[in-house]
Amino acid sequence: MYEFSYHKSASVDGAVEAMNKAEDGKFVAGGQTMLPTMKHRLAAPSDIIDLGGIAELVGITVEGDSINIGAMTTHAAVAASGDVQTMIPMLAKLAGNIGDPAVRNRGTIGGSIANNDPAADYPAAVLALGATVKTNKREIAGDDFFTGMFETALADDELITSVSFPKPTAAAYMKFENPASRYAIVGVCVAKTDDGIRVAVTGATPCVHRGKQLEEALKGEFSSAACVGVDVPEDQMNADIHASAEYRAHLVKVMTKRAVDACT
Amino acid sequence: MVENGIGASVRRKEDKRFLIGKGNYTDDINVAAQTHAYFVRSPHAHATINSIDTGEAMASTGVVAVLTGDDLAADGIGPLICGVTVTSDDGEPHRAPAHPALAQGKVNYVGDHVAIVIAETLAQARDAAEKVDIDYGVLPAVTDTGSAADEGQQQIHEVAPNNMCFNWPFGEKDAVEAAFASAHKISTLDLVNNRMVTNPMEPRAALGEYNEGTEEITLHLTTQNPHVHRLVLSAFNNLAPEHKLRVVGPDVGGGFGAKIFVYAEELVVGWACRKVKRPVKWTSDRTEAFLSDAHGRDHVATAEMAMDENGKFLAMRVMTQANLGAYLSTFATMVPSYLYAFLLAGQYTTPLIYSEVKAVFTNTAPVDACRGAGRPEATYLVERLVDVAAADMGLDPAEIRRRNFIPVDAFPYQTPVVQCYDSGDYEAALDKAMAMADYDSFSARADEARTRGKRRGIGLSSYVEACGIAPSAAVGQLGAGVGLWESAQVRFNPTGNVQVFTGAHSHGQGHETTFAQLVTEQLGVPFENIEVIHGDTAKTQFGMGTYGSRSLAVGGVAIAKACEKLIAKGKKIAAHALEAAEGDIEFADGNFSVAGTDKAMNIAEVAFTAYVPHSYPEGLEPGFDENAFFDPLNFSFPAGTHICEVEVDPETGVVEIVKYTAVDDFGKLVNPMIVEGQVHGGIVHGVGQALLEGCRYDSEGQLITASYMDYAMPRADNVPSFDVDYAPTNPPHNPLGVKGCGEAGAIGAPPAVINAISNALGIKHIDMPATPENVWRAAQTAALG
Ligand SMILES: Cc1cc2nc3c(=O)[nH]c(=O)nc-3n(C[C@H](O)[C@H](O)[C@H](O)COP(=O)(O)OP(=O)(O)OC[C@H]3O[C@@H](n4cnc5c(N)ncnc54)[C@H](O)[C@@H]3O)c2cc1C
Repeated sequence: MYEFSYHKSASVDGAVEAMNKAEDGKFVAGGQTMLPTMKHRLAAPSDIIDLGGIAELVGITVEGDSINIGAMTTHAAVAASGDVQTMIPMLAKLAGNIGDPAVRNRGTIGGSIANNDPAADYPAAVLALGATVKTNKREIAGDDFFTGMFETALADDELITSVSFPKPTAAAYMKFENPASRYAIVGVCVAKTDDGIRVAVTGATPCVHRGKQLEEALKGEFSSAACVGVDVPEDQMNADIHASAEYRAHLVKVMTKRAVDACT
Repeated sequence: MVENGIGASVRRKEDKRFLIGKGNYTDDINVAAQTHAYFVRSPHAHATINSIDTGEAMASTGVVAVLTGDDLAADGIGPLICGVTVTSDDGEPHRAPAHPALAQGKVNYVGDHVAIVIAETLAQARDAAEKVDIDYGVLPAVTDTGSAADEGQQQIHEVAPNNMCFNWPFGEKDAVEAAFASAHKISTLDLVNNRMVTNPMEPRAALGEYNEGTEEITLHLTTQNPHVHRLVLSAFNNLAPEHKLRVVGPDVGGGFGAKIFVYAEELVVGWACRKVKRPVKWTSDRTEAFLSDAHGRDHVATAEMAMDENGKFLAMRVMTQANLGAYLSTFATMVPSYLYAFLLAGQYTTPLIYSEVKAVFTNTAPVDACRGAGRPEATYLVERLVDVAAADMGLDPAEIRRRNFIPVDAFPYQTPVVQCYDSGDYEAALDKAMAMADYDSFSARADEARTRGKRRGIGLSSYVEACGIAPSAAVGQLGAGVGLWESAQVRFNPTGNVQVFTGAHSHGQGHETTFAQLVTEQLGVPFENIEVIHGDTAKTQFGMGTYGSRSLAVGGVAIAKACEKLIAKGKKIAAHALEAAEGDIEFADGNFSVAGTDKAMNIAEVAFTAYVPHSYPEGLEPGFDENAFFDPLNFSFPAGTHICEVEVDPETGVVEIVKYTAVDDFGKLVNPMIVEGQVHGGIVHGVGQALLEGCRYDSEGQLITASYMDYAMPRADNVPSFDVDYAPTNPPHNPLGVKGCGEAGAIGAPPAVINAISNALGIKHIDMPATPENVWRAAQTAALG
């Protein structure tokens, strides 16, 4: 790690103020991405603004037909939440399968979404469930939030405060894990929502995206068989030592089929 | 029967301190005035060093020293050595390029050590390391094992034309050729033995202290063999005379081979602490471990088997290219030669074997012994080839093995490849494993799996390995620079408790428990009154350390011999005290007694008498403290059959191991619980190689699997609960009747897994690691009916 100045604030406003004063500041939530990056000297922020003391960012509340999850809520807390398990069991399961216990006890939903790792799990849920990302400045529709690889709609001094997930009729997430990191090589979230059938794909491409052709096919007939004829273009797929583009494209279909089967 | 003696699953003594966080690892040790070191490593796989400017780094906050290869050369330190000679086909010894501990003018792999920065804190050392300005002249890199010696390849070392270290033919080439010419059938297989990163949990570390008053260097190291480290650092690397160098291997968190070797960082830290007159500590981070620990395996081979019409093996021919990396690590040359080719007979009567091993240099980290060292490579090749042969002959894999097994009445059995197997019953292990695995009803399980869209496969592996490494005369003839006996000292204290000093070294194996069991069994001293001491050259006598599953088979016997000496001496003392003839004294369960009487004396009383010899046999030395050395007459030959059953999801290529059976012959078990743990660990290591672990460099020599994000280690959910049992035979040359168990799983498992996958998909072969994508591709091309 390089040297940096450390700030801890008890309020959202205090944290944003510290960020605005910093030359090249970074928020830190669970630190599960931020700290390894700094330890490897791949990031050298001048200031670290720790969100760990902001009580209002932690917690899960049911608001009508939606669940609102504070940005600083850990993966472990989401996985263990009775409300989440009842209203959106898929989301509890997704959170409970991120990383290992240490990661789940530190890592947060806000951090995961803000980071927008192409292989992260939560972004698929945000997109497929049509969630709303709430910040200190505004509300951002899930569809508008993820803008590119490790890129989001957030401004530098913008802080996620919570994420609101509407309850779907049915939803399932199927993750094909990287055997080494256990991030998603391909993760597909299929949801039946008020807004229709939504399919979100993570891991496969540089940024999480909606599988529009798969959605079209499933609108006709919500069955795994309906996915078989869909063309998943290989040229947009990621490729690495664990999975070629061809294999990833194949897995997108297989994971979609399995998610559909798990929904019905 | 003694409590906690041989055969008891005693809980491990050492676990208390590990479980409550009181282990004492090298990095746990901090001393006054300690400085911290960080190594500047090459970012290039192959480059000349045009210049090094340390000025800015030296001026950086907290820096104590920045030292380079020039400083090292000026002090006459190094180079690192390889301790085993292999004679190449031109009659010359293997090519041994200079291996400086800090680069001198050239770097040869990513991670090659160029300079050491020593500062008050680690962060300051790292900051300064970034300011060492090195002008590299980048050269093309050679990384691929199979083509490293090809015409026109970039040359790495001047002394090694065509990047060849040695070409080592072994066996009767013409006779093998003749047998192939008249064979009924020839089976052929090309395979790769994938490169592995050894990955002990504790990364390597070194803490060097220099005492100006005594002129002694103390080096705490992550070592599997402190005395070997001291010997090599003294005799070959010119660090300090042996009596002025103390090497301590405190608690060591796993080695698997990677901590046998004398590494550059260890030598440099030892030298630097004297140079800066401050203690110097270095601890590898995980990235450095991936880059600079010695790697394992990395062979490309072609194997052929000639058979008669009954599937009897007539002759085998094996062509192997082995990657030794950029420089020769301490035992590198021995692994793909003697530890490999001498195991190519496997469990079979194959009368003729010819092999050629071409060992090559590449711009990758040095390759050396990794759990099994040569024997996993040999076993994988033989056991895969046997399955291919079975398919070619239309025989069941179990049947072709039976037809070719060395029969139980043929031991001792002289193989055509040097080794003479002393004992074994290969059919017994096979029969037992097949019964446990329910081999005969496999097809019903396969049919059921098909109804779920899955493909089941079953795979056998009948392995034999040579361990208890071993006879000094044998390894000396082969070109080893050391003897491989082991030593022990068994010391009674006046109050009757016992300290056992062993030359072996525990880095997870549980010696403190197993060795105490040996002593309690033999001397009748309560288990809790016995302490096993190892790992410090200032405390223990010279010893060779732990690798090659040798600790019990060699080191344990040395302890037993020292105990015998104590009993012999004790008889004299007891005879005097009990006023009987020495010949009438019997020893059992800790008591010396006069035969046919109730006159007896406990061994603790005898010990006390020996230290307070007021009334004592005339001419007998006081003291109750004996040492012994043991040099075995032969290797030991653990063997067994492992059976793996897998279920493949052809749609994704995911392989699930649904059942794994291991039946091993380790001779007598001292602590069955510890042995079972070793078997489990070994199997997981082997499953890791078969399914997950693949070390990969790109064509520029960058290690692309340099973290756990990309290098897949096996985890608990990658394996089922194992079914483990034994089919022991007695090794006649080993006084304890033990054979060694630490590597067997890693040797037996890879072919069992790959044979099972090949069986599931009905394919001839799939290379390791059988990743989901590779299995999926194989399933695509296989005609899955
Ligand atoms: C071993 C390991 C395994 C993992 N496995 C998985 C996995 O399987 N699936 C998966 O999805 N993830 C995985 N992760 C990542 C994990 O989920 C992290 O928790 C997550 O990526 C980041 O969350 P964090 O709270 O730790 O954020 P931090 O690391 O603290 O921050 C990450 C980034 O988000 C920013 N940030 C944090 N909070 C906010 C906020 N409220 N508003 C705006 N910006 C913010 C930070 O400035 C930083 O840029 C793994 C991580 C590790 C170390």
